[in-house]
Amino acid sequence: MKAASWPRDDPASGRLLVVDAAAPAMRDAELPDLPAQLEPGDLLVVNDAATLPASLAGKTASGQPVELRLARALGGGAFQAVAFGAGDWRMPTEHRAAPPALHEGDHIRFDAALHASVTEIDDDEPRLVTLRFDERCDALWQALYAVGRPVQYAYLRAPLSLWHAQSRFASRPWSFEAPSAGLPLSWQLLLAVRRRGVALAAITHAAGLSSTGSASLDARLPLPERYEVPGTTAAAVRRTREAGGRVVAVGTTVVRALESQARRSGSVFDAGRGEATLLLGPGCRRRVVDALLTGLHEPGTSHFPLLEAFAPRAVLERSLEHAALDGYLLHEFGDSMLLFAS
Amino acid sequence: MKLEGKSALVTGASRGLGAALARRLAERGARVVGVARGREALEAVVESIRGEGHEAHALVADLGDKSVIHRLAGAAAELAGPVDLLIHNASELGPTPLRLLLDTECEDLLRVLEVNLLGPFRLTKVVAGSMALCGGGLVVHLSSDAAVNAYPTWGAYSVSKASLDHLTRLWAVELAELGVRVLSVDPGDMDTAMHAAAIPDADPSELADPRVVAARLVELIENNDGLESGSRIELAAFKGAA
Repeated sequence: MKAASWPRDDPASGRLLVVDAAAPAMRDAELPDLPAQLEPGDLLVVNDAATLPASLAGKTASGQPVELRLARALGGGAFQAVAFGAGDWRMPTEHRAAPPALHEGDHIRFDAALHASVTEIDDDEPRLVTLRFDERCDALWQALYAVGRPVQYAYLRAPLSLWHAQSRFASRPWSFEAPSAGLPLSWQLLLAVRRRGVALAAITHAAGLSSTGSASLDARLPLPERYEVPGTTAAAVRRTREAGGRVVAVGTTVVRALESQARRSGSVFDAGRGEATLLLGPGCRRRVVDALLTGLHEPGTSHFPLLEAFAPRAVLERSLEHAALDGYLLHEFGDSMLLFAS
Repeated sequence: MKLEGKSALVTGASRGLGAALARRLAERGARVVGVARGREALEAVVESIRGEGHEAHALVADLGDKSVIHRLAGAAAELAGPVDLLIHNASELGPTPLRLLLDTECEDLLRVLEVNLLGPFRLTKVVAGSMALCGGGLVVHLSSDAAVNAYPTWGAYSVSKASLDHLTRLWAVELAELGVRVLSVDPGDMDTAMHAAAIPDADPSELADPRVVAARLVELIENNDGLESGSRIELAAFKGAA
């Protein structure tokens, strides 16, 4: 399947493949048809995390260039990060040179206003490190935003600006790559969804890196991702389920947050925050989410196993075969799929 | 709007009304993010607010620069929480002494519109979406009587404030069903650096103290429920809490 090479001028003009895994059946639609696919009483849950400029170009104390991509916030100015060696955004991560060897105590300078120390190296993956920034609070966030660039993708025709990676309801900058399923949702479309009698709610979930340049590290993705389910959203989920409506997640991050929180809640789905470590896959029982609006993800990508918690692999493969033949576009700025669970 | 624990972003917070607003909001329990171009003056304001035991943050930015908007919104949401109250106070007067339209360079008009109109538009655009999902929020545009009166030589500033008032009305109708409210407030003449630049021979003793105006404006914000979203309010005529 072909990847979308640039964000659309009108994000909501993409195509929508509607897959009903229960029938099973599929049909081609357009994103503006989304409200008609939902029923009054359903709940659409989005991820309101803004996307950080998580890619930081720096130099080691010996002057070697290194790119660090932030991957997990640990609090107190510390982050887990993945190091990349020489190469730029045009080069797929797996073709990038290995990063310079980093050691505990190494100092990295990103800019006159941003510095960090390496405080830990992962036992198995030397490119997965813990960084602690020297700056704190206002100075740290101002410098991060001044120095960082959004994570780039080799299949795009130009480098992305920060605004390309933000949804239209982005709030706290928790995501390291864009929670991309929400990017096509214009407010025109969200208002049409609401006018259909479908409620809107948000969680915040730190969407992580999609590729690290290391096959063994890629196999560990997603890393633990912090999330928060606010009280209003927990109440909306309870109301919806009690009344027989469906909970529709926008993106795999929303599925992870809601299902992680469902496992942490008692018998009543409750508000809460934590780190999602749950990996959904074939045969996993979903407790909260009934349907998923997502970009198109091929077998072998880190998102694919989660889709198998909604539909048998054969149904997904048939849908993706159809999408490929029919010219649907893949990845962050591509088309969408609405997947109703079997 | 109850301010305790709310996240409030104030632009133009390094001096005058903006600095007084940041302080007053923090005193009322808001978690304040102040934005301004001048680092030293802004940090002094924020340090002094913190010194009194309140929460305040400083983000240095030029609101006429498109590239800073997402940086500001993201950093503000991280530092103080998702923005509940957004106050567009930063303003550019244009070159002083003020000049006739016939003597105004197009670039000077553009610069004034970038700061006074496009800046607020861009920042609201990236903040109000999350306000809508959180179930509400308040956006305040600082206006001027120059928005409704045609004073000679005030052209660039005046047209920017008239546009801002209309932007208030347009945002209000579009955001009504999403629970986000938008108001335009004319604070009246104040003893500020901007006023001195515009009217150097004004008698400061006849001008309002920005701290007094800030206290009134914060009172209006705390009691804004009765005001129609989209309306333009002359602060001097605001009757206060019922």
